[in-house]
Order: sequence, then structure tokens, then C-alpha cells
Amino acid sequence: MNRISRRSLLAGGVTAAVAAVGSAVTIAGRRFGLVPPDAGGIFAAGNTLNYAAHRLFGRNALAREFPRSMIAEKPFANTIAPPSEAFARHQAEHFANWTLDVRGSVDTPRPLSVHALRGMAVRSQITAVTCEEGWSYVAEWTGTPLSAVLQACGVRPSARYVVYFAADGWMDSIDIDEAMHPQTLVTWGMNGGDLPVAFGGPLRMRVPRQLGYKSVKFIERLLVTDTVADLKISTGVRNYAWYSGI
Amino acid sequence: MTTGHPRFVRITHWLTTIATIALVISGIELIISHPRFYWGEVGNVNTTPVFSIPIPSSRATVPTGYGFTLPDQNGWSRSLHFQSAWIVLFAGVAYLVAGARSGHVGRRLVPARQDRNWRALRASIDEHRPGRLSAPPAPGVYNVLQRTAYLGVLFVLFPFVIWTGLAMSPGFTAVVPWSVTSLGGHQSARTLHFVSMIALVLFTIGHVVMIARAGFRRLMRAMISGHTEAMS
Repeated sequence: MNRISRRSLLAGGVTAAVAAVGSAVTIAGRRFGLVPPDAGGIFAAGNTLNYAAHRLFGRNALAREFPRSMIAEKPFANTIAPPSEAFARHQAEHFANWTLDVRGSVDTPRPLSVHALRGMAVRSQITAVTCEEGWSYVAEWTGTPLSAVLQACGVRPSARYVVYFAADGWMDSIDIDEAMHPQTLVTWGMNGGDLPVAFGGPLRMRVPRQLGYKSVKFIERLLVTDTVADLKISTGVRNYAWYSGI
Repeated sequence: MTTGHPRFVRITHWLTTIATIALVISGIELIISHPRFYWGEVGNVNTTPVFSIPIPSSRATVPTGYGFTLPDQNGWSRSLHFQSAWIVLFAGVAYLVAGARSGHVGRRLVPARQDRNWRALRASIDEHRPGRLSAPPAPGVYNVLQRTAYLGVLFVLFPFVIWTGLAMSPGFTAVVPWSVTSLGGHQSARTLHFVSMIALVLFTIGHVVMIARAGFRRLMRAMISGHTEAMS
């Protein structure tokens, strides 16, 4: 076989392979939920590959847990939002009237008090907070698995995402796999005591398989949703990727 | 012996070059948000770093000694970093498959039997000293120092930089915990990732200097168009 025909054969083969892989990926991605909701723009390929790889090979994998000896003596709180007047009032009441309002694709939407959450299933785990900036620390986190909260509210089979809203205006969201994952906690305890305000008290979403920015502090509302539009995602180039397992 | 760079070498070489430049730029940008390096599992501003880079930071929480904070560029930097890493991975796999199937790696990169000793390597290093470098007989024909360096980059440095990068991903280490425990922890992985980036940059500087000394235009043309003309 001469060089030219080998080259054209190779080029044709590569083109066909790329087209085949491309369409297979798109079809499989839609079918099996491997395309992140922010897939768009110039980083669509990379963001989709990250998410798809983790969902294909590690949908049920557990984040690493650590021995008690590794719990940080001085964990790093990072910046916290200046407490608003309303938040300060809640703090003075020891968060007795703080609620997590569960709405959306659930049969019984309702507000859950911190007390009610503590009366549900409890899970403690020693995991790392890993910030996208590069730092990390280990603490023991105690809370109610988000899956238990969702089941108690009658989560519908159509639910695809859970959006969580914080008292300081922050919000983020995770897919239903991450929401039903046993280590995803509506956290109210840290290192044996109440969750301090500096670390997100009274309630913090802890998502240990993803980087710290998914572990939103001061959460007060959950929206269970079937539609991407509710995630309020913008796909600008400067935005942080929605999936942060990497 | 055939000379000149095969097409798959040229394509994967330039894909890797472009992606690696993007990785280094975005990686430096990410370091700016926390220019402190630690050893072991954990590290943060409440713990002692093994070393810090004396630059300003894009986070006010990092004590740098500078009175100002740089703008946060981590959103696009992270996305660019991972997308470029996928390109390096795909180009690397394509290179290894094509390189193994065509015999390229075995024939042109693995040192010839008589060169597999320190004496041959030392002699080759000696030939690269200033004033002594003679141009290669033809593009794509490598001496033993080149072969050793290229094999090291291909089979040691790039795999290690990919491994240490993956070892920082909490989603990845959930699936493959030993990828990070074997390195001594998350912060060790981050520090080793940084060190291996430095090694890659040093290799690249040496590589480009040698190309320049051996005939920049001719060798660049060979790596772009694949021409095989020998030294006139």
C-alpha cells in the first residue's frame, strides 16, 4: 500500500471514528445522564468528560474517610458572610426557629426545623473539606443524609436535581445521584458539637465527593426539581464548572 | 532506516505542546489562589507549609505579606486545565498505540543495544556540550541522550503528572483511593504535581535550546511538515 492511500485511509478512519464516537457519546450521554447541566461554551467537552467519567465509573463510590486522629485541631473556616440582622436574631435564639424549607418535586413539601432534622436518620463521617484553591482539612461531620430528608418528603421519581439556597444569598445544586448518595449530609454537627456558624451552622450541605464550593453554608431552602432551568446556571467562560468532583 | 517524523508523531507532538502550554498557564493561575505547598493529607493557612511561593494571592485569606489581592481567575482556569488534560491524555494514548504498532517507540526511542550503558549516555551528554553539538544526521534520528530524555518524559513525567493531578480529585480518589494514599495524601499529591510541572518545564527549555542549537528552522519544519532532507 502506498503512502497516499494509507494517509487518506487513516484520515478517513479518524474522521469516521470521531463522528461515531461523537454521536454515540451524545446519545449515551442523554440516555444515561452523563452531560452536566452547564455543558455549553468552549469548555463543554472538558466539563462533560469530567462529569461523564465520574458518573460512569464512580456513581456509587464513597469519598475517603479518615481516622479520628486526623481531625484538625484548628480547622480553617475560610471567609464567612457578614451575618444579617435576621441571621443574628436566629443566632441569639440558638437557631430554634431556623428551618429548611423543602419544596418542588416532593409529595409533601414542608419546612423542617433543625430539631426535626436531628430526629431523623443520623450519620457521622470523618471527611476532608477540599477547596478548589488547594487547601484542605479533616473534620467529623454529623448530620441527616439528604436522601433521608428527600425520602421523608416523598421525593418523586421524576426528580433530577436538588438546588439548595443559603441565607447569605448563595445557592448551588447537585444531581439526584449525588443527592441520594449516603455521604451527602444536611450537616448540623461538627467534631462532636453543634456546627459552628463559622463552618456553616446551623445547617450546611456537605458533599464530600466534590470540592468545597458545593458544600454551601447556612442553607435554609431545598428545591427538588425535574428541570435544568431551575438550577439558574449561567455558562459564561469565567464561571466555575457546575460539577466539581475534580 | 527511514527518517523524518511520522504524521502521528507530529500531530500528537503539537497537540501535547499546545495543551501543555494551556495547562502550565492555567496551573500557575490556580496556584495564585493558594501559593503555599504542604506535605501529607491536609494543609491550609492554619498549618505550616513545606514551601511557599512569594507572590501575591487571589484570595484575601492567604497571608502573603502583600497588601492587595489579585482577581479570581479560577473559573476558566480550572475548566481550561481539565480540558487540556483530556487532550494530553488522548494524544498520549494515540501516540502510544501508534508508536507501539508501528514499532516507532521500539526502534527510534529505546536506545540501541550497544548504547544501553552509562558510558554511552555520558559520551552522548558530552557531545551536547557548548561548541561540540553536531547536527543530527536527519530529523527523527535520535541519539542516546535524546532517546533517554524522551522516554523519561513519555513514560515517567507525563504519567506522573497525570497521576498526581487525578490524585487531587475527590471524585476520582473515591473510586481509586490508593492513587492518593500511595503518594502520602492529597497535599503531597498537589506538591508533587507542582514539582513534576517544574520538571516538564525544565525539559521543555532544554528541548527548545537544543533544537535552536541544532538548527531551529530546519527542525521546526521537520516537526511541522515531516520533511526528511538530511543536513546539507
